[in-house]
Amino acid sequence: MPPTRPLTYGRRAFLSAVAAGLTGLVWAEPALRAVGSLLPGGAEAIVPTTGWRIYTVSGIPAVDPAVWRLRVGGLVERPLELSLHDLDDLPQVEQVSDFHCVTGWTVRGVRWTGVRVAELLARAGATDGARALVVRSLERPYRDTLTIEQALLPDVLLATGMDGRGLRAPHGAPARLVVPAMYGYKSVKWVDQMELVVVPERGFWEGLGYDADAWVGGSNGRA
Amino acid sequence: MTPTPGSADRMAVPDPARLHRFDRRERLLHWTHAGAVLVLLASGFALYQPDLAELIGRRPLVRDVHVDTALAWGAALLAQALLGGRALRDRLRELGDPAAPRFNRGQKTHATIQAALAVLVSLTGALIWLGERHTGLRVGGAVALHDVLALATLALLLGHLYLAVLHPATRHALRGMTRGEVDAAWAREQHPAWAAEDLGESGERGSGEADRGPARPYDDRMVAS
Repeated sequence: MPPTRPLTYGRRAFLSAVAAGLTGLVWAEPALRAVGSLLPGGAEAIVPTTGWRIYTVSGIPAVDPAVWRLRVGGLVERPLELSLHDLDDLPQVEQVSDFHCVTGWTVRGVRWTGVRVAELLARAGATDGARALVVRSLERPYRDTLTIEQALLPDVLLATGMDGRGLRAPHGAPARLVVPAMYGYKSVKWVDQMELVVVPERGFWEGLGYDADAWVGGSNGRA
Repeated sequence: MTPTPGSADRMAVPDPARLHRFDRRERLLHWTHAGAVLVLLASGFALYQPDLAELIGRRPLVRDVHVDTALAWGAALLAQALLGGRALRDRLRELGDPAAPRFNRGQKTHATIQAALAVLVSLTGALIWLGERHTGLRVGGAVALHDVLALATLALLLGHLYLAVLHPATRHALRGMTRGEVDAAWAREQHPAWAAEDLGESGERGSGEADRGPARPYDDRMVAS
């Protein structure tokens, strides 16, 4: 006969703890964010609570920025082959946008610098039949696809800078796509090829059921 | 059942200065769990912390280590719980039993929270794994909860390590988990009720199976001291 029913241990406490823990599916994310905003910058760097998760599918590719070239081809009048230096000479834009990952985390107020994809496509000259843009990553086999209309949105960038400095390797250096209105898997990192096509091939995550039109808050089962 | 050489020695020459605290199977279970948790925390942190992720770079490899360790962890704990038989399960049950004097309330609470965290972290880990395979199986909040649970596990582990390795009054307990025995004097101070029960039994413990010996009434007075 147990003398008293323990509150903090035993089967009942265990089941309560599991049940309480499961409610964290709702509150863990806002709680992490709230705690993160209270922490000093140094602590945030060690235990990131509001920041980036670095996701890759086959690993961060080793890229030599001196040798790197961006190729824009497919259904274009003038295929482009641009070095990082060439990119820097194109009209630069700076924009601040939130970055939403489909897995649930968000980074607010990221400052991107780079070239509008619309600018690149204008220079290459899309031909009439082109319906979609395939963006390939040096991280094979990662790729993703935007419709022409989506690619021409003014906030869709090929970014080479982030938060006031050059883009760093985990974030897709030397150049990455930024599609603020869509979940992060559309924002291909380590881009080396853009190809205009008629029929888009499925992107990496689209092959696993994720939506091609990945509007934040309006896709992937989120209303 | 065949007594191990060590326990045979103990039975032949009982050493009153030492008390048997954890049997071989308990220790194996503990170190399996400890090893897996350390690998999981380390690999998980490498997946989670951007600078580390950059340094290591090989995310798929780290993720495989993380997932495979998690599977091996579950399989090993399950196998040991089954193969350890009733003897092991009875001893583990003491962690949830108010009348069992071997562990104090803090230790029992710690074990309960650890067990809940293990279940929750496995559950959310499975959800993340499934969500990477198909968006229909993705559960929003699973990643954040997995992170919170890992941080809670880390905090609990640091407290556990402090008491087991650093804190002068309690660190002798580590000997129980490495060699199975602790000084009787320490046990009398830290676990008086358990020490009194065990000394009364002198030397009959040792193989671990001896636990189902004559039941002894729980002495409340010893808890108060």
